Formats: sequence, C-alpha cells, structure tokens
Amino acid sequence: MKSREPARPVTAPRTLWPSRSLLGHLRPARVPAVAIRFTHTFALGGIAIVLVLLLMASGALMIFAYDPAPERAWQSIVILQQELLFGRLLRGIHYWSANLLLVVTGLHLLRVFLTGAYVGRRRRNWLVGLGLLLAILLSAFTGYLLPWDQLSYWAITVSTSMLTYVPVVGEELRYIVLGGDTVGAATAVVFYALHSTIMPVVFVLLLSWHVWYVRLAGGVILPPAQRNDTSGNEWLPFAPNLLQREIAVALIVIAAVMLLAMTFGAPHGDPANPGLSPNPTKAPWYFLGVQELLLHFHPLFAVVVLPLLLATALIAVSLSNDESSPAGRWFLTPNGKRLAVVGSLAALLLTPLLILADEYLIGTAGWLPGTAPVISQGVAPALLTGVGIALLYFALRRIYSPSRMESVQTFFVFFTTVFVVLTAAGIWFRGESMALVWPW
Amino acid sequence: MVDPDKNRRTFLFRLFAGLGIVAGLEGIWITLSTLGSQRNTTPAGQEKAFEAGPAQRFPVGSVTPFPEAGFYLSRLEDGSFLALDRQCTHLGCNAAWHPDEQRFVCPCHASAFDSRGSVLNGPAPRPLNLLPVTVDAGVVMVDTATRIRRNT
Repeated sequence: MKSREPARPVTAPRTLWPSRSLLGHLRPARVPAVAIRFTHTFALGGIAIVLVLLLMASGALMIFAYDPAPERAWQSIVILQQELLFGRLLRGIHYWSANLLLVVTGLHLLRVFLTGAYVGRRRRNWLVGLGLLLAILLSAFTGYLLPWDQLSYWAITVSTSMLTYVPVVGEELRYIVLGGDTVGAATAVVFYALHSTIMPVVFVLLLSWHVWYVRLAGGVILPPAQRNDTSGNEWLPFAPNLLQREIAVALIVIAAVMLLAMTFGAPHGDPANPGLSPNPTKAPWYFLGVQELLLHFHPLFAVVVLPLLLATALIAVSLSNDESSPAGRWFLTPNGKRLAVVGSLAALLLTPLLILADEYLIGTAGWLPGTAPVISQGVAPALLTGVGIALLYFALRRIYSPSRMESVQTFFVFFTTVFVVLTAAGIWFRGESMALVWPW
Repeated sequence: MVDPDKNRRTFLFRLFAGLGIVAGLEGIWITLSTLGSQRNTTPAGQEKAFEAGPAQRFPVGSVTPFPEAGFYLSRLEDGSFLALDRQCTHLGCNAAWHPDEQRFVCPCHASAFDSRGSVLNGPAPRPLNLLPVTVDAGVVMVDTATRIRRNT
C-alpha cells in the first residue's frame, strides 16, 4: 500500500536542484510523472503558499508605516497610501493576497476532500490543515479592524457581539477580545499584536508541519493504479520538471495579485465613528454565512451550535477511514460523482427556497406560542431542517446505495454548497436593514 | 525490597511534574492578566457620574440623546426617568431614536424598541440595557460605568 520514493539510483542525473541542502528537504528529489500534471491538484496548495509569502512580505513593510492607536490609525494609512513610495501598491497586494488566500484555501480543502486525501496516513495532515484554516480566518479577521474606517469598525463590532451568545462565558469572552465594552484603544492593541506578531509565527510553524506531512505521506495523493507503482519508470527528477512548473505558477499568481492591486487597490472609507452605525452593517464577507444563519435561527444555534457541529464534522470526516476505498480519484467512484452532483444541486435549490420561505412565508416563532425563543426559533427549526435532510439522505440511499465514504462525501458536498449559498446571500442579497434585495 | 534509586526517581519526577504544573498555571495567570491590562473602562463597582441636567428640562414622554455619554434619557408618562444604553442588544450597533415613530430603530438589522427600551421588533433578544439614574436635588445624574442587563 505504501508508495515511497524509489531509492536514488547510483547514477543519479545531475540537476540544478541542490537536493542535498535545505531546499532538498523542502521538495522531493524525484516526483511521479502523473503528479506533475497541473489538473492533478490545480496547484492550490502551492498558490496558497505563494500568497502567504506575499502577505508576509507586504505586511512586514507596512508594520513600519502603521500606527495602531484609534486616533491615528486611519490617518497613518492615508499617509501610507499617499506619501510612501508604492504604499498604495503595498496595501493592495496585502488586501488582494488575503482575500484570494481565503478563496484558494477553500478550494484547496475541497480538492483534498474530493480526492479522498484525508484518510489513512493523511489524516494527521487534514487536522493540521484545519488548524491552518482557523489561523487564516483569525489573521484575516484581526487584520480587518486595522484600517480603522467605518467598514472595519462596525464589522468588528457586529462580529465580536456574536460572541456574547456563547452561554455563560459569552460576555466575558467578548470583553477579553475587545479589552473593554466597545471597540477601542485596547482592541487595537489586541488585534494588532495577534495580526502582526502571533499569527505569522503560527503560520510558519503550521505551514512547515503541513508541507512536511505531505512528503511523509509520499507526496500528493495518486490515483490507485499509480499508487503501487514503485518501479521508478514513471518518476521524474524534481528539477526541472516540477520546479519550472512551480516557478511558472508562482509568477502567474504574483502577476495576478499585482494586477488586482494596481487596478482596484484596497478600500479605505470614512474614518471610524463610534456614534454612527452604517446601514446595513455586515461582518467580513467570510463570516456572512454565519450572519445569514443569525437571521433564521436563534443566536445560540446560529453562533454556537451549528458552527460547532460544522467543526466537529470537519474533524470527524478524517475518522471515516476506509482502507479499501479508492481514495486518490476525484469523487472516489462514478457513483460517488453522481451522488455529489445530486447533493450539490439539492442544496443549491433548497437553501434559497428556505431563505425565501423563512423571510416571507413562515415564522416558526408563531407555531409554538408560550415556549422559550430558544425552542421555537432554535431547536424547532433546527430539528425540522435536520429531519428534512435525513429524509433526503434516505431517499438518495435507496436510489444509489452508496458506500460509507460516498455517503460522507455527499454530506460534505451538500453542506459546502449550503455554506456557499448562505455566504453569497449575505454578501450580495442583503441590503438596508438586512432585507433581501437584488444586487443589481 | 524497595529500590532506593527508584524511590528517589519517583520522588524527583513527581516534584518536577508538580513544579511544572505550578509553572503552567502561573503562565496562564500571567497571560490572562496581561490580556486584561489594557481594559479601557473603569474598574467594576466604581461609579462614573454624568450630570444630565435639571429634571424639569425633560418634558414627560420625551427621549433625549446624550451622544457624548452613549445613552438616551427617557422620561416616562408618570414622570420617572430611564437611562437607556444606545447599544442594540442584538449585535452591538447604535440604536437611534426616531421621534416621529416614537421608537428606537437599530440601523444594522432593524430591531426596534419602545421608549422604555422593550423590544417591539426582533431580532434583538433583550430590551436595551439600563444605566442607573438618580435625581439629586432636582438634577438628573446617570452612572455611565454600569450597565443593567434585563432579560425580558
């Protein structure tokens, strides 16, 4: 079952790659020919690393220009953008790399999951990857406050207020995060320290671990047919075969980020005004799925129960270890692919319908008069949704009789689509007072 | 027979494990107190008196904003006062008083409250927080360091 790099032949071809130095530890000396194809992984992990490096370089430079005090933060960014050589470009690179990183990481997680690269030896790395996802979200969130404009101030106010719905410790939790009752000078210090000092260190540690685990598992996952082939015929030297492709992808990513940064720059609105809440006030876009849930479920469910269930499920999938599974192929099997398409389409259809129905037709609050809101707006709709999903699952089971990993995959695709639809609804279809609107 | 070497090792191991736990707890304590060192409010239990003005300046049924102190002073029909925190209980935006509609409306998610701070429209789960009010020799005083949380 184990695929290992074949022992280096005595007459190893001389290449440019210094495989005996530090660089040789980061990348393998030889790679399977099938793993080199771009469409095998779409280079998503590599693109993410390039974006992290861009973020660190541009961020390190901006530290020298930024002033994390509420009364000067906004002004220091104006100076950075208008008076510093390439200051506007620097901020644009940081902004676009961060936003692209969130998208690319999401796609990378999807690729890893849909090729079954989360079981067996790769289970540990799936967990490290989830840790990285958390680190990326935290970095993005703490960075969101720093421009200190109306958008950032109120987005952080709204997002941290979601913490108060955590039972018992919620208020205290928000107090610790903000360093007070409202977003202020202490909040700036907490967020800036996390964003510019602690999170980068976490990134370096987790990323090294993540990349090392990939090598430990014998490189990227391969289709079953190629996995047991250790004859060495299909293996190519890393340099120049994979190296030149990696350099090409990195250059394209850098060019794309530069183009976006030069064309659109990074937004910087009016300075934060603690007395004036804009309408509507939205959380950062990657948290808008949760904010959309808040409009439909009791806060305890939207902020605590459902996200915890999601996190548990993401950790738990790595336990669906099935050694006989054909991991390494997209969607596992043709049957798995059909199920994934059906599950995704069902979510694509049902989620908007339920959002519309909850907005205009039904109010579960009225169904159970006299009960606590946590029952009528939390437990009841959650149970109802759960039963609906269970019915759908059993119907699909009867038709497709999936294996265990195919079932897990269908659920995963279903909930990923639900999450994407909720986020899209929050970004584009919520207008003044969070009412449903057309984005055009 | 007891091996004195083994005993000594066990003792030393436990001693250092115990010291390690103490050091760990100390580390947590230091971290928490460092995180709290920047808190931008007055310590709990300490009043911060704000003078709103003479009582007769506020007509019965009126709601007066005090943006510099972050609250609204509402005078009820029976002549009593309520100081209402402007922070909406949903997600912390500032609710604004709309005199024509006689209600507070939060611009973020359209929660609405009446002049007593009770919820008229969701999604806010609780009435607006109160600030303690005292009328001292005809002058309305509000303690802006304290928030009274109401559950219904």
